[in-house]
Amino acid sequence: MRPFEYERAVDAAGAVAALAGRPNAAYLAGGTNLVDHMKLGIANPELLVDVGHALDVRIDALTDGGLRIGAGVRNADLAADMRVRERYPALARALLSGASGQLRNLATTGGNLLQRTRCPYFQDATTPCNKREPGSGCSALDGYTRHHAILGASEQCVATHPSDMAVALLVFDAVVQVVGPNGPRRIAIADLHRLPGDAPERDTTLEHGELITHVALPNLPIAARSTYRKVRDRASYAFALVSTAAAVELAGDGTIADVRIAFGGLAHKPWRATLAEDELRGRPPTEDAVRAAALAELRAAEPLRDNAFKIPMASGALVATLRELTAGA
Amino acid sequence: MSDALAGRPLGADIGRLDGPQKVIGAATYAYEHPLTDPAYVHPLLSTVAGGRIARIDAVQARALPGVLAVLTHDPAPELADTDDAELSILQSPDVRFRGQIVGAIVAESIEIAVHAASLVEIEAQASEHDVVLRADHPQLYEPSGDMDTDRGDAEAGLRAAATTIDATYTTPHQHQGAMEPHTTVALWSDGTLRLYESTQSVHGVRKTIGDLFGLRPEQVDVTAPYVGGGFGSKGTVHANTVLAAMAARAVPGRPVKLALTRRQVFTLGSHRTPTIQRVRLGADAGGRLLAITHDVWAHTSRTEEYIDEIAAATRMMYGAPSIATTHRLAPLDVPFPSWMRAPSEAPGMYALECAIDELAVATRIDPIELRIRNDPPSDPDTGKPWSSRNLVRCLREGADRFGWADRDPAPRSRRDGPWLVGTGVAAATYPVFDTPGSEARIAFREDGRYEVRIGAMDVGTGTWTSLAQVAAEALGVGVERVALHIGDTALPYSHVPGGSSGITSWGATLCGAARAFRDEHGESPSPGDAVTAGAPENPADDAYAMHAFGAHFAEVRVDVHTGEVRVSRMLGMFAVGRVVNPRTARSQLIGGMTFGLGMALHEEVVMDPALGAIVTADLAGYHVAANADVQDIEADWVDELDSHVNPMGTKGIGEIGIVGAAAAIANAVFHATAIRVRDLPMTPDKLLAAG
Repeated sequence: MRPFEYERAVDAAGAVAALAGRPNAAYLAGGTNLVDHMKLGIANPELLVDVGHALDVRIDALTDGGLRIGAGVRNADLAADMRVRERYPALARALLSGASGQLRNLATTGGNLLQRTRCPYFQDATTPCNKREPGSGCSALDGYTRHHAILGASEQCVATHPSDMAVALLVFDAVVQVVGPNGPRRIAIADLHRLPGDAPERDTTLEHGELITHVALPNLPIAARSTYRKVRDRASYAFALVSTAAAVELAGDGTIADVRIAFGGLAHKPWRATLAEDELRGRPPTEDAVRAAALAELRAAEPLRDNAFKIPMASGALVATLRELTAGA
Repeated sequence: MSDALAGRPLGADIGRLDGPQKVIGAATYAYEHPLTDPAYVHPLLSTVAGGRIARIDAVQARALPGVLAVLTHDPAPELADTDDAELSILQSPDVRFRGQIVGAIVAESIEIAVHAASLVEIEAQASEHDVVLRADHPQLYEPSGDMDTDRGDAEAGLRAAATTIDATYTTPHQHQGAMEPHTTVALWSDGTLRLYESTQSVHGVRKTIGDLFGLRPEQVDVTAPYVGGGFGSKGTVHANTVLAAMAARAVPGRPVKLALTRRQVFTLGSHRTPTIQRVRLGADAGGRLLAITHDVWAHTSRTEEYIDEIAAATRMMYGAPSIATTHRLAPLDVPFPSWMRAPSEAPGMYALECAIDELAVATRIDPIELRIRNDPPSDPDTGKPWSSRNLVRCLREGADRFGWADRDPAPRSRRDGPWLVGTGVAAATYPVFDTPGSEARIAFREDGRYEVRIGAMDVGTGTWTSLAQVAAEALGVGVERVALHIGDTALPYSHVPGGSSGITSWGATLCGAARAFRDEHGESPSPGDAVTAGAPENPADDAYAMHAFGAHFAEVRVDVHTGEVRVSRMLGMFAVGRVVNPRTARSQLIGGMTFGLGMALHEEVVMDPALGAIVTADLAGYHVAANADVQDIEADWVDELDSHVNPMGTKGIGEIGIVGAAAAIANAVFHATAIRVRDLPMTPDKLLAAG
């Protein structure tokens, strides 16, 4: 670990001011990802601005019936919130399927969105990686790709985004509120994370110095019938091979009136499955229909050497998820 | 426990005597021994898998305030003995695997050491490397030790068989993953070396390090009262201990601390070789085996041969007129393989016990009945009588307990919602090893207690408690009257407890010493009375084949949508001789079974062929079973009195729990899905076709 400066910000404005003009500075919240990266030599910030005491830790009801989640709310607290559990169950389940109890007690809402890929080459500072060191090459392309992207990847990077929470937020069209050197702005969650393209070092559309302050969940009746399914190599404490968040609303005749679907583990960002959603609206939620919808979404998939299984696995996960949501309907 | 032992120390269900110390954090593991003003060591590792170090520039690192020393091969730190390629670190610029030690920083703090390491420029000239095991590897060779066996005419037996099985199984490169990383605290002063070490054998460390550094045994003191798991990875000395001693010699009079990071443990702490195993079985119409062949391919470091005798159990497990085994090694540019829990039997019995299950399916004979029909009356390998063999009892009692009788043998015959449900069985075995030559000292104290001193080890298994029980039993007193001292070279010599031989060897030693004490000082000794003695060689060692046995039962559920496997029930029924302490014994057995569950479903070290690097070098990438993976798990044992093995009648229990466990799960997965996965681990992608 290299020497670094440390400052504790008292509020968001102070944090933004502290980072301004310091290109090698970083915000520190729960530290569950960044501190690891500093120990591994992946991140070498010159200045850490601790926002642990500067961020909102409340979950407030919005006048439109939605919720406004402070960026400092711990993952454990967000998962335990009764409003979240009852009205946005996919979010609570996604949170609880991530990490371990100890980590969820520290990790924040804002930090969860900004966690970096678990690509093993990114994690190993002794190997080439365009995300860690732009222009050094991608070791994964010809390497071990079991956990890598099948959608939206580039020649530069085939990493996936590891967050469970972000997949659930995507299905609910959450809005991310940030402040930065140029003032506040609101970013649709779908526009927060980006595909790697030619700049895989950038995970998100945030500019340097921008700080997430809140995540707003809209009032969304369909969210009450939602869930999150994570498929992984062991029963707990593992990153997703494939995950899916879904919400569904059935019409009186048992057909799907509306449906929202997102996948994790397939791309450089949480993947909203609009093609699958379009396929399913107006149809009964049969296994064949769901499988066909999943395959419509995954038609563009470009599997690598070790991860073609993600296509049937994502399809199977969606079948299981929609079966669970529509059982007894 | 038999009635004759009721109320006596041997067999008593007592909690760990050191439990409170561990719970409150007062048990001192290697890194935690309080020493004044320690320095810290951080290794520099190679980033090529083969070649030479062309240049190391440590000028900036040496100039960093707080850096005390930089070690590299130029100049090479002196070693008195450079025969062992793994331990002869920094003796040349040669690089043999990725992650090899090519230098080290010694500094005032670990943070300074790590920072300094980032300032060292290392230029390596990479050469071609090869890290991939193949059964057709052009450099395959027959290992030393003349291990091929060929009894009877196996090819003729296979030709004559009514049913044959010919299947190839693979097990991956695996890692012991002890919770405590390999750790050394070293102090070099006045020509002596003091080590606080995370090791399975203090006397082994003394001998190896002493020889390497040209020190007499009494010049090397090693202390290791508590060890956070070893599973074989700390049974022999690895390069980290050598590096710590070199670093201590570079700053004499000052203690140095070296705890490997988790990532470093993966390349420096040893591993289990991957295997490719071809098993052929031939049986007559009644399911009686006519021939067994077991051919094994494994890897070794190109610079130091290491071999596990993976087909060993196949030579004695079942009766057959012909049994043939071979082992071949591919020399690769990989880290050094070594012992990992049941080094030979865990992979070997996985393959054999899956093949037996395949034979049961092919012959339509119940897999338990098939094993019983082939249970040999004497050791097929040596012809010797068994000291005791209770595999059949384990199978039958386990079957009763598990509810085997209700099983529909047809694969894919049970379904519960999205889950396909199946059950499987596999046998277990492990040899009874004892390593004679240990000694113990017993002294009677003023306070009426017996001080028992032996260089034994507790690597988390419960030796502090179980060995006190053996000593109490041998002396005919209560456990509370034994003051046990273990884990230090200041204590009488003891061998490494490899091969589940700990309690068997140390216990026999204590029995011998207790007998000598009573012979000399009688039943009413005076304070200060003492003896130092060991155990006589066991004359039965040559007369009998001595093995522990067991039977694993597993129930699995496989999700038709995602291929995920859950092990909903595991039962292990063992015949392991006398059990010294049922509580710690059960912990060891279910620990071994859990290891087997990880082997079946999770554990795999992945190497990148192009980089020659371990890709899964942390516990997020290398999965071991977590709590949620282990559901209903139970271990129990049949009463077994074996008067031949040793005075206690114990057989060793550290390893048999893993042996066969993965096969039982694999056989259950086949029963659930009709898919035979022959390549471990059985990750969900391999079972997606179950849908």
